Amino acid sequence: MGIFNKRSVADLGEKKKDMPEGLWIKCPSCGESLYEQALAKNLRVCTHCQHHFTLSAEERIALLADEGSFEEIDAKLDSVNPLGFKDYLGKVKAYQAKTGLTEAVLTGRAKIEGLPVLLAIMDFRFLGASMGSVVGEKITRAIEMATKEKCAVIVFSASGGARMHEGILSLMQMAKTSGALARQSEARLPYISVLTHPTTGGVTASFATLGDIILAEPKCMIGFAGPRVVKETTHSDLPPGFQTAEFMMEHGLVDTIVPRSEMRNTLGRLLRYLLPNRAAA
Amino acid sequence: MKQVLEFEKPLVKTSEELDELRRRNNVKPSEKIALQIAELEKKFHRLQDEIYSHLTPWQRVQIARHTQRPYMLDYAKLCFEDFMELHGDRHIGDDNAMPGGFATIDGRRVMLIGQQKGRDTKENLLRNFGSAHPEGYRKALRLMRMAEKFSLPVIAMIDTPGAFPGIGAEERNIAEAIAFNLREMMTIRTPMVSVVIGEGGSGGALGIGVTDRVLMLENAYYSVISPEGCAAILWKDRKHAPEAAEALKLSAQHLMELNIIDGIIPEPAGGAHHDHTAAAQYLKAGLQTALDELASQSPKQLLAKRYNKFRAFGQFTEAA
Repeated sequence: MGIFNKRSVADLGEKKKDMPEGLWIKCPSCGESLYEQALAKNLRVCTHCQHHFTLSAEERIALLADEGSFEEIDAKLDSVNPLGFKDYLGKVKAYQAKTGLTEAVLTGRAKIEGLPVLLAIMDFRFLGASMGSVVGEKITRAIEMATKEKCAVIVFSASGGARMHEGILSLMQMAKTSGALARQSEARLPYISVLTHPTTGGVTASFATLGDIILAEPKCMIGFAGPRVVKETTHSDLPPGFQTAEFMMEHGLVDTIVPRSEMRNTLGRLLRYLLPNRAAA
Repeated sequence: MKQVLEFEKPLVKTSEELDELRRRNNVKPSEKIALQIAELEKKFHRLQDEIYSHLTPWQRVQIARHTQRPYMLDYAKLCFEDFMELHGDRHIGDDNAMPGGFATIDGRRVMLIGQQKGRDTKENLLRNFGSAHPEGYRKALRLMRMAEKFSLPVIAMIDTPGAFPGIGAEERNIAEAIAFNLREMMTIRTPMVSVVIGEGGSGGALGIGVTDRVLMLENAYYSVISPEGCAAILWKDRKHAPEAAEALKLSAQHLMELNIIDGIIPEPAGGAHHDHTAAAQYLKAGLQTALDELASQSPKQLLAKRYNKFRAFGQFTEAA
């Protein structure tokens, strides 16, 4: 989980200090200056190079769910400090204040093109969307609710990995979420996993790679170990495009890469294949 | 070359002094030397008590990584009879960091899998320091499914610094191999027991650890991240690994308090590396107890309990 921990609370968001506040944003991929309003209108995708900027969970829900259909569940779950890890809850509170979220994932019922789904959206702004007890519990409950209500579950992943501050309990969330997916799978109900920038560590090694369908946003980083760790361990140069969505599709992990503008429509089409009876009803 | 841990040095020194006195006493016995020997023996036992009864988490990590510690294949010989290794994932290759096969423990036939480290450079090249590739996890699952098919219990011995973070491992989707095991192990209809015998390194350990009983040797550790990795993030310096080991609550005692593991298997004084035979006897007894407890349960009961066991992990508050 190393590489994503450098971001401090103060750096959240992508606004650069040398730009007039709130008006212009520099694309981190092509360097082009983009007008904030134009970027927002283009679903926060660079109009020059198609770089997909990070979305907040709320922005993503607005793009995906049928209007007014999203009902949040389990909003009151809050982190505790099970290991007595120094400064942990202070950090959580700072991110809560900064993002307006209680934790790194938002879950709820929604409709996509009229079809009911359980939706879980991870928000990278919140402590690198690392998975501790609350994230694991909310995702597990969303999956279990999908199984109970006989509908699909869709998880949008983005994560620096398991949350170090909760130690072994974070690790066990990998088993817990994967276990819930075993039941969803045995009930022959669909799970669609959507990988967004960046999906790494314990999240990649659990629910994120267990989808019946695995989609990815263009050029997002997908990996188990961070590229620096891989480089240091193997003492060799990394192949071009290593750990990008395109690279992972070529290596058989990703079903297809979906630009943000086509995400909702793609999910609707997939759901009609995966739940034909529900779609006809 | 025998590896001596820093905190064991006073013991080794005293033990060498004792050897020297005994040697002198053999050549030319004297009452004076005999008295010195008795004194020194007392000192040795006192030192042993002082050092071994107050091991810090970081000292336990060092014991868990000791190169003379018994490894999976040592236990395969010492606790089991008739270990028959089965190779390969049937797709890409065979991973020597994750051996597995049939074995018999006190007349009971089982499937044994686990990570295997090497003691020297040559062995470590073969075993990749106990860090398995995707092929290892896929082989392990193949063997677990076979165990289910032929109604054999599964025993998994965990001893890995972590799954291998290499280019090939990423290309062949190491994360998916682990994730798939986590999901599938929740559905395997046969008793399963895992035991952390040395290092329980994060997802690479959990990838064979979703079992009905999770045991740990007294000086093993199990953690979401290595103490060095945690120190590099928190203190920007790996030298703070001892503090990180403390903060991560990675020792068997801590994990028992957190209700993550089901039992601690004792080790001989100072750690399993001091006496492989004794360590194996303790492990064998622990495994037999676990297998006995699970033997009477139906597959349906096993799966329900296994699900609930892992479902319960996590601590949080929920406002009304």
